[in-house]
Amino acid sequence: MTTRLAGLGRLLRLALRRDRVILPASVLGLVLLSVGSAQATLELFPDDASAVAGLGDLVGNPAVVAMYGPISAADADALAVFKTVMMGAVLVAVLAVVLVRRHTRTEEEEGRLELVGAGAVGRWAPLAAGILVALLGVVAASGLSSLGLASLGMDPAGSVAFGVAWATAGFAWVGVTATAVQLASTTRGAGGLAFGTLGAAFVLRAAADSVDDGVVHALGWASPLGWAGRVEPYGPDRTWVLLLGLAVLVAGVATGLAVLGRRDLGAGVLPARLGPARAARSLTGPFALVSRLATGTVTGWVVGMLVGGVVLGSLLGAVGDLTSNPAMARFLEALGGSAGTVEDIYLASETRFVAVAVAAAGVALVLRLGASERSGLGESVLPTGTSRLRWYGAHVLVAVLATTLFLLVIGATVGVVGSLASSSAPGFWATLGAFAATLPAVWVLVGVAGLLVGARPRLAPLAWALLLVGFVVGELGPTMDLPGWLVDVSPFAHLGQLPGGDFAVLAAAVMTLAAAGLTAAGALAYGRRDVA
Amino acid sequence: MDDVTTAIDVVGLRKSFGHTTALDGLDLAVREGEVHGFLGPNGSGKSTTLRILLGLLRADDGRATVLGRDPWADSTELHRSLAYVPGDVVLWPTLTGGETIDLLGRLRGGLDEDRRRRLVDAFELDETKKGKAYSKGNRQKVALVAALASEAPLLVLDEPTAGLDPLMEQVFQEELAGLRERGRTVLLSSHVLSEVERACERVSIVRAGRVVDSGTLTELRHLTRTTVQAELREVPTAVEVGAWPGTHDVSVEGSTLRLTVDPDHLDALVAALAPRGVTGLTCRPPTLEELFLARYRTEAHREEVPA
Repeated sequence: MTTRLAGLGRLLRLALRRDRVILPASVLGLVLLSVGSAQATLELFPDDASAVAGLGDLVGNPAVVAMYGPISAADADALAVFKTVMMGAVLVAVLAVVLVRRHTRTEEEEGRLELVGAGAVGRWAPLAAGILVALLGVVAASGLSSLGLASLGMDPAGSVAFGVAWATAGFAWVGVTATAVQLASTTRGAGGLAFGTLGAAFVLRAAADSVDDGVVHALGWASPLGWAGRVEPYGPDRTWVLLLGLAVLVAGVATGLAVLGRRDLGAGVLPARLGPARAARSLTGPFALVSRLATGTVTGWVVGMLVGGVVLGSLLGAVGDLTSNPAMARFLEALGGSAGTVEDIYLASETRFVAVAVAAAGVALVLRLGASERSGLGESVLPTGTSRLRWYGAHVLVAVLATTLFLLVIGATVGVVGSLASSSAPGFWATLGAFAATLPAVWVLVGVAGLLVGARPRLAPLAWALLLVGFVVGELGPTMDLPGWLVDVSPFAHLGQLPGGDFAVLAAAVMTLAAAGLTAAGALAYGRRDVA
Repeated sequence: MDDVTTAIDVVGLRKSFGHTTALDGLDLAVREGEVHGFLGPNGSGKSTTLRILLGLLRADDGRATVLGRDPWADSTELHRSLAYVPGDVVLWPTLTGGETIDLLGRLRGGLDEDRRRRLVDAFELDETKKGKAYSKGNRQKVALVAALASEAPLLVLDEPTAGLDPLMEQVFQEELAGLRERGRTVLLSSHVLSEVERACERVSIVRAGRVVDSGTLTELRHLTRTTVQAELREVPTAVEVGAWPGTHDVSVEGSTLRLTVDPDHLDALVAALAPRGVTGLTCRPPTLEELFLARYRTEAHREEVPA
């Protein structure tokens, strides 16, 4: 045991040294998310009566429960965290995946683990170090959130339960990722397994939570995110759910270690396949290459969009049940805009949610340009007569086309499923149009990523920061009373109210032009700088 | 360019990264149709020079002309006439070796199908493996096949044999010889001296961002002493031999005389040895290794002495 863990201390210190920015920043962001939004909601609804009057009906609605999980509607404390329990649990799980993967499979794939592994380092030590760093992040985010919520004067037991909900999800995905990084032989493959599991768990619990009882409801217990949701802080406070998360952690780590003990360095369990000896006729230029490399990712996203579209569309049937409680209507209007029927408002808020996710895919696709430069792949392409403009353009074009495809796929799916689920749902074209109308905002982020990677690839992660601002502002801005300039930074804040309201033609035109300008500026800068 | 036979012409190239000076006034001339060795230790500025010649980096100062073009301004046009093998070959993890060769060939504007097939056989490359499954040597073979099968008149190779085994190095040497026969220009960066010695007509030795010596191997050798070992029936004393013009490092052991001699005095030395009953004589020109070390010693020495 001790020889297998030899060198753990040193590796752990190395990992913490490498994560000295990302770890505290992520933890701080998550704590601000939970405590900040709770504080803002409590200021809006200072006592139980006003909170229940304002939000009570909303959190009981199946469509809302599907998105945010079941919430005990009894008091102001529970309502103050209704948005952040599930959203935060997902983000904590993402943090767990990123941290474990970063110190294990990525290190191995890039060859650094070989260097480390040749030293006096036990076979288990690198995986153990990654797991411990991730657990530290999960515990810190959950624990500090509990403390922060309690310090607002909220019920201490409920605050602990809130942290437990987050930690349950975090622990579960530390375990899932510990296995995923052993099964897949690449960082991207491991991410596909871990994030795919996360997405499937979310869809499963969304479906389960949208009904009150029966077999489907019971299925929610098969999803670790379902467990996190069913803690119901400031209500039943089911803190024992943490044991389920710990069980997944233990099982995942044990499976990971078992696989690790049997496989070769650099390999996974999923075998490396052979491929064609000659390239297809179509693989001729930079665009063909970049799109070929993105095929797997794009396929995964299209499947995700189809599944998400079915879920969102079928929930349209439930939204109509929302009564015309004026306080709640006010809240909904703040969230999704003030136009149209309740279905319109619901759909408008979901389009933004989807647009942020699609923008993330677009940013990731553009940033592959920077990744290929870092890895040295660009050094193979650029000295072949491929101009920098075409190489840059290929990445941006693939990102633009892929994001357009994603939004059209989900728009069409919601349009079809929605009109089957509810007679008062917006029509097919209105729905498709509402999703398509978010494209200019998505392109702005693609353009920002293009400019950053073109001019200063080291600053490229700032594109993620802007995306996060867009996400938080879109989801919480209206309730959190954020400063106006911060709201204005988000391109998603300038979309019109579709469906049901007006298409913000001018804003859309300005954003499209801005996206084009940012892309062009990035191209110009990329042509002028050293390519390392 | 008045000299049309110059493929690469570099004058006074400078490049710094922050406070580190990578190139400090580097000059380099490569003639068309020659295999030119670009020698230097790690960190001497070889790769930085190559990257400037490819237009990936912009020089801070100085002038570089490759095939009559400015590599920064006309990089795309230039790249259609050159093939490059990076020092650290990275492949796309999801593309097979064969796909990568085809892709790089097409991006460059085509490759010779017959030569491609022959090279894949010669290098014993499995084309169906995915990029992530190749070892360092095999990744290098993929890049080499793509470059050697191209029609490009200029090849820029950055330490191309670093991961190859001796058999494959032999294959590479034969290919280099073939390139030379076909009149291609090759700039071969390396610190493997034997490889450069076998393949290159002319050599430039770079150190600390400057070329310290450049010329044919004969020219360079001319500046360095020849090692002589003679078996004699009448052995003179070391002191006696040491007094002859141009002799150095004299040692006598039984009937064996060892010394080094300046190339200009080799003639006189042989004449002086002849009457003493020579039973065995080996006369070895300096290896590139010795040449290299000699250059480095003098350079290092010069730097240690404050001006």
